[in-house]
Amino acid sequence: MSAITPPAHGIGLPVEREPSPPRGDNYLTHSRGILSWLFSLDHKRIGIMYLVGVLTAFLIGGIFALLLRTELLTPGPTFNSNKAEAWTFYNHCFTLHGAVMVFLFVIPAIPAVLGNFVLPIMLGAKDVAFPRLNLGSFWCWIGGAIFFTYVLLGGILNASFGWHLPGGYGLDTGWTFYTPYSTGQGPHAHSTDGTIAALLGVFILGFSSILTGVNFIASIHMLRPKGMGWFRMPLMLWALYATSVIQILATPVLAITGLLLLAERVIGVGIFDPAIGGDPVLYQHFFWFYSHPAVYIMILPAMGVISEVISTHSRKHVFGYNFIAYSSIAIALLSFLVWGHHMFVSGQSPLANAIFSLLTFSVAVPSAIKVFNWVSTMYRGDIRFTTAMVCAMCFIVMFTFGGLTGLFLGALSNNIHVTGTYFIVAHFHYVMVGSVLFAFLAGLYHWWPKMFGRMTDLAWGNAGALTLLVGFNLTFMPQFIMGAKGMPRRYATYPVEFQGYHVVSTIGAYVMAIGLFTIAFNLLHALLKGEKAPANPWGANTLEWHCPSPPPHDNFPVEPVAGDPYDLKSWQWDEATKQWVLDEQRARTVAGTEPTVHHH
Amino acid sequence: MSDETIEPSSVAAAPGEDHAGHVHVVPPWLLLAVFAALLVLTFVTVAITHFDFGRTVNVWVALGIAVAKATLVALFFMHLKWDSPFNGLVCVTAMFFVALFIGITLLDSKETAVNFQPPPVPAARPAE
Amino acid sequence: MSDLVSKQQAAVTLAGDPFSPTRDPHHGHPPHLAHHFETPEQQYSSAKVGMWVFLATELLMFGGLFCAYSVYRHNHPEVFEFAHHYLDRSLGAINTIVLITSSLTMAWGVRCAQLGQRRGLVLCLVLTLIGGAGFMTIKTIEYHHKYVEHVWFGAGNRYSKHYQGPSINEGPFGGHQSESALRMTEGERQEAAADKEMMAPTTQPTESFGPAFVDPNAGTPDESKIKPTQVIPAGLSTRVRPEVGEEVRYEDLPQFEKDRVSTFFNIYFLMTGLHGIHVLVGMGLITWILVRGARGAFGPLYYTPVDLVGLYWHLVDLIWIFLFPLLYLIH
Repeated sequence: MSAITPPAHGIGLPVEREPSPPRGDNYLTHSRGILSWLFSLDHKRIGIMYLVGVLTAFLIGGIFALLLRTELLTPGPTFNSNKAEAWTFYNHCFTLHGAVMVFLFVIPAIPAVLGNFVLPIMLGAKDVAFPRLNLGSFWCWIGGAIFFTYVLLGGILNASFGWHLPGGYGLDTGWTFYTPYSTGQGPHAHSTDGTIAALLGVFILGFSSILTGVNFIASIHMLRPKGMGWFRMPLMLWALYATSVIQILATPVLAITGLLLLAERVIGVGIFDPAIGGDPVLYQHFFWFYSHPAVYIMILPAMGVISEVISTHSRKHVFGYNFIAYSSIAIALLSFLVWGHHMFVSGQSPLANAIFSLLTFSVAVPSAIKVFNWVSTMYRGDIRFTTAMVCAMCFIVMFTFGGLTGLFLGALSNNIHVTGTYFIVAHFHYVMVGSVLFAFLAGLYHWWPKMFGRMTDLAWGNAGALTLLVGFNLTFMPQFIMGAKGMPRRYATYPVEFQGYHVVSTIGAYVMAIGLFTIAFNLLHALLKGEKAPANPWGANTLEWHCPSPPPHDNFPVEPVAGDPYDLKSWQWDEATKQWVLDEQRARTVAGTEPTVHHH
Repeated sequence: MSDETIEPSSVAAAPGEDHAGHVHVVPPWLLLAVFAALLVLTFVTVAITHFDFGRTVNVWVALGIAVAKATLVALFFMHLKWDSPFNGLVCVTAMFFVALFIGITLLDSKETAVNFQPPPVPAARPAE
Repeated sequence: MSDLVSKQQAAVTLAGDPFSPTRDPHHGHPPHLAHHFETPEQQYSSAKVGMWVFLATELLMFGGLFCAYSVYRHNHPEVFEFAHHYLDRSLGAINTIVLITSSLTMAWGVRCAQLGQRRGLVLCLVLTLIGGAGFMTIKTIEYHHKYVEHVWFGAGNRYSKHYQGPSINEGPFGGHQSESALRMTEGERQEAAADKEMMAPTTQPTESFGPAFVDPNAGTPDESKIKPTQVIPAGLSTRVRPEVGEEVRYEDLPQFEKDRVSTFFNIYFLMTGLHGIHVLVGMGLITWILVRGARGAFGPLYYTPVDLVGLYWHLVDLIWIFLFPLLYLIH
């Protein structure tokens, strides 16, 4: 047995060395053919397939965002002179944009793509706990996504070109499926028929989310390597764990909500529909019991990415590790206690409103803890303006905007003034786009060299990120002002005095598109022509940087021993080879002197 | 096809492992005792409906007996008594969040329900 | 596909490193150990954690139905007290006992699997299957009663405003309605006659109430179908609460409560229906492990599937333990 040293063996210092895999064999080249991808049980390949799917969904959602922003250029109908048709088109557009972005992009983006790719490697494991379930989750996602997009797109094609796809009735209820829109029988009976199919799609997508959650929880519990106690885990894992807890506890309620709505539509059971004895406010309780926590399914993994990126690219141990870890769990639990703040004007009792308002403010505490700790991590750090870091810094600023305006909305008196206006739209876009999208990009740029073994071009990447930042603020800053002035959301038409804001907002949307295309070309360019990436291009210390780029099929031949994931000083820049080199002595000391926590 | 019985003790503790006891075999008397207790509680929950303690108490009594039965099933049939505490925590957490969901929703259910009574059909409107 | 699998198995064999210092050298490579686990114990515990987490999602999903149940029972207690008389308490109790017994045989089956008693395992699983089948048979009988009594879900419910079945007096009658249910028919007939007399000339579809209240039949207005309701100011309760111990009678319910009676049946069918689907899925899973068990796939070294299916079956039992008193034993 020849002891060949793997390119970067890491802190994992096994007693005996495995024969290293054949030269150049990695998970991308391990087996060939489309089937070896589609039925792969390898978490890395599943992550990459999710990446392709999620980006496709993002493209579709983005195109419709541009279309609806274009419709809003003028107060009257813009595309179609027939008002009724234009309004139907608009209603379908914003529903498709919201539903596709929420269910197919923002919710799965970070956990399913980045989480699937890095979680097992960060754990020093060969795969997630249940690889078959993982593949099942991916297929649920694909099935649900195709079904869902078909129905929604069908409605738009019908509304704009009169093409009737079989079963493609479309949806114009908004992504929330609020009753009685979704149970409506009147003039919308035709268009809301898509509700049934869309709900089935959501139900299948929910399974995908649940299976990922089950997998991550079991993996984090059972597969941690020697030396990785709970408080030695990378913060990304804490974030993914908290996310999974929410996925487990909230998603089933969405499933039953969907089933109840289906039962209303199909067999006439009256739970939510007032016309047959139901209570539509009960629907809102059901929906937001899932969908408020779902907001944290989106933002928590983003926060995990940011913790990794900020620490690595500031060359500094993360500040306040325990606080960041605990605040993830705190946010996960608090997220279940604040759903009523979506219902302040639904006729809730003043008592419930006051309680929900108070609890909403309390979410600000763990969120602020995170922001302060990230800023403190950067303080006096050796900041490298890599594209990942630039995106992470954009995240911090945009998240602060989004979070603080969330407090305006949590305040009852103010909320009643701006409910249902563009202020809400701007707020949640600052959180879901300004924050989650930037974190997703930060994660992509951070792990792109690991995923594909290629470096991205710094200048173009940063240019794209900054263009995106400018475009984003151009789009949504005017929406805060419009909202405060009373412009209601979800209308295709508006009083002329709002036109200035709408024009700026639409221009911003196009600038965003330019930024995103720059980023897309930057990433694709790296894939095809990028410089070859070393195992550890950033000098980071979490376990995924201890295995080659791209990782071999089984990640680690021997389970590594974990040290402090943020001990960046154990990697020194070697000017001669232009590489980060592990100070083995230091790594050994860090791994050995710390008390080893048994994970059973 | 012979019924060979392998002693679990030879399996439970693999040498060098500290997982001894991951195989816990429930003795037959315990299974039967739990079964008997479940039958008795089923009888009690039916019999008790002959006594009326008032609307609220009735519900809580019925729920209390159901929780007792569920606990027996979870602890003994589902092995939670000997299982990793985390699995018990998962079960309790799920129950807690169900209670939270129902509790908070109930808190307010009376508030809006009156608005969704099926509408009265308007009486003859004055001619306009 | 198959050569893909063999490739993966080859990869597993490669990765199953017998010289790894972290693996117990006496263990060899257990046949059921997946390549990404270190020990069978780790694999078994992972499977259990995964299953429990999945069971938590089941609890939350049923939690939604329990929530709907709680809200409607909380808001309309008299309706629930009246309507639950349609459920057959003895059949419900028998079903409870059937399900508890099948839980016992399932738990015993897990024991047999752990001890490597193949014949015992097969016997236990067959008994469990019979229990499940018995439960579903009784459930079907109950559903049939509901159907012939026109207390079906949706528009098949005689108390629904949108009832579309045959007139109650003509339809076939099952022998299962309670005394108060019988009294109700008489009362309802009088009520309907009175309403017709009072309201008929002015009844019209109520456009002014917005889309929320548009009658689904509004597209084809059939005025005879629209059942008028008493005119009462919303929010002012006219309900007469019966004294403790007094039976609730249909004719004593105010009109807006009468309109809610069908909700009880909707919730009953949703809860027992979803539960029944779970029983069927459980029976499928038991059949699967029965086949494998009969071939001798399980023993002390590997019985994870039996254990997990057992957990699932007990959860189904556990949910019924709550459903039974909440639906059948209201008083």
